[in-house]
Amino acid sequence: MSEKQPAVTQATLVKKAAPKSDYKPADVSPQRRVQRTFAVRLWSIRHSRLLEWFYARFADMFLLLHPLWKGIGYGRVEAPVKFVEKRVKGFMFDCRMCGQCILSSTGMSCPMNCPKQLRNGPCGGVRANGNCEVEPDMPCVWVKAWEGSQNMVHNEKILTVQKPVDQSLRETSAWLRVTAQSAAAREVAQNPGASA
Amino acid sequence: MTGRQRDENPAGIHLPLDPLPGHSSRGRLERVLRRGEFAVTTELNPPDSADPEDVYNRAKIFDGWVDAINAVDASGANCHMSSVGICALLTRMGYAPIMQIACRDKNRIAIQGDVLGGAAMGVANMLCLTGDGVQAGDQPGAKPVFDLDSMSLLETCRIMRDNGKFLSGRKLTTPPQIFLGCAVNPFAPPYDFRPIHLGKKIAAGAQFAQTQYCFDVPMFKTFMQKARDLGHTEKLFLLCGVGPLASAKTAKWIRSNVPGIHIPDAVIKRLEGAQDQKKEGKQLCIDIINEVKEIPGVAGIHVMAYRQEEYVAEIVDESGVLKGRQPWKREIRRDDQMVADRLDHILHDEITETQVDMVKTAH
Repeated sequence: MSEKQPAVTQATLVKKAAPKSDYKPADVSPQRRVQRTFAVRLWSIRHSRLLEWFYARFADMFLLLHPLWKGIGYGRVEAPVKFVEKRVKGFMFDCRMCGQCILSSTGMSCPMNCPKQLRNGPCGGVRANGNCEVEPDMPCVWVKAWEGSQNMVHNEKILTVQKPVDQSLRETSAWLRVTAQSAAAREVAQNPGASA
Repeated sequence: MTGRQRDENPAGIHLPLDPLPGHSSRGRLERVLRRGEFAVTTELNPPDSADPEDVYNRAKIFDGWVDAINAVDASGANCHMSSVGICALLTRMGYAPIMQIACRDKNRIAIQGDVLGGAAMGVANMLCLTGDGVQAGDQPGAKPVFDLDSMSLLETCRIMRDNGKFLSGRKLTTPPQIFLGCAVNPFAPPYDFRPIHLGKKIAAGAQFAQTQYCFDVPMFKTFMQKARDLGHTEKLFLLCGVGPLASAKTAKWIRSNVPGIHIPDAVIKRLEGAQDQKKEGKQLCIDIINEVKEIPGVAGIHVMAYRQEEYVAEIVDESGVLKGRQPWKREIRRDDQMVADRLDHILHDEITETQVDMVKTAH
């Protein structure tokens, strides 16, 4: 594409036709308005291997603390853990708190930042420069996910077909859920038959 | 004349075909593909009207030239007649529609209901799509749903068909018999992920795929090479998307306005250099088809001639992809003909009979 393309999309035309007033909320969609810079998100994807390693240790540590969480009660510990998780992951990955984190399968690129919230791969509308079709100045979440996943040890994880998002888990802590689940799985493995 | 055509239910054109072993649907498209014939599909431009005749007239121009017709689901996020509605009309007339399902407008509850409804109407093929963002369309203020994505939609349909269950696990009394399709775009980044992504779609349940417009044959060849190496073409029928460009101006417009369509500069130069750009666009499409049909693993073509639907027949004819085969065509059946012969006079004779007259003649 050598020549310069006219930057008139249909959305632009619709916007132009809209009534004019002094107050303009923003030139981007509500989702994009929340997050204006991608620097940290892109750093996380570039360092996906390091974060994968760190995340594995971190999950082990959380599992080690399972008796503590259980002692206090997962319900009671939920609020403070969620508070921290939301801020940490929000800073690192622009996390949307879907409550069912799959960062390790998506090259540390949060798929919920995709305007279509695709969790299984890119749509067909990715621009030739690798940017999003909906947000022209945002790098496609899935182009980045593919790059990030190629750096990781478990790069085959991107091939898993993800289940649809369970909307009832929104705004809950994925860390605690994963910990509780692996603790339960460990218990079943240690004394099989107990659960049956 | 009844049953003279290969893929037709003798009891009525609107009825599903006899089930065949190894076939998951009772439709025509799957039969054509599984027989190893080069399939041709096309897209119906959905009307902005509530008149069924608009749909029938638009479908008529494809008669005898295509194996299936895509009923698009608000393509480009622009509002049109729904794909379910178009399918309801087309199946009544015996056509083989491919019902497109986009995830943009409906959540999983509505989609699963539509899959059942579509299958009950006789829709044998369903194409699972993500859908364009609402921002691309005429109503950018709409709420983007995207509850499922194309992959989980495929899986949902597969679970409904093979396991006879809803996503929730609740049982279906009669599962839908459908041939599942997906879309592929080999012409958008990340290029090396695309063939792998297709493999993921196959794992989720895709049995056939239609690609985005192909204007860059070398790029498509590279993609197909990788797809063949990964063994995808043995598990899925791949239909290459093609279409005529009306002019160099349209080509440029599409390039900068429609996401995901890759048009190389050479194509635009060729169109610009031509005397009759529309004719050249058609010829270019035929040339691409001739190149594409020779690529191993390509099971057919999907002709998208938006607002140039009248050219589909010519393109299919001149490219010779059907090799003399004639896809199913709507014909007058013998019983219809008999009724028409016997009762034709009522259309022409002027019979003005009142009840009083009838009583008089009876006495």
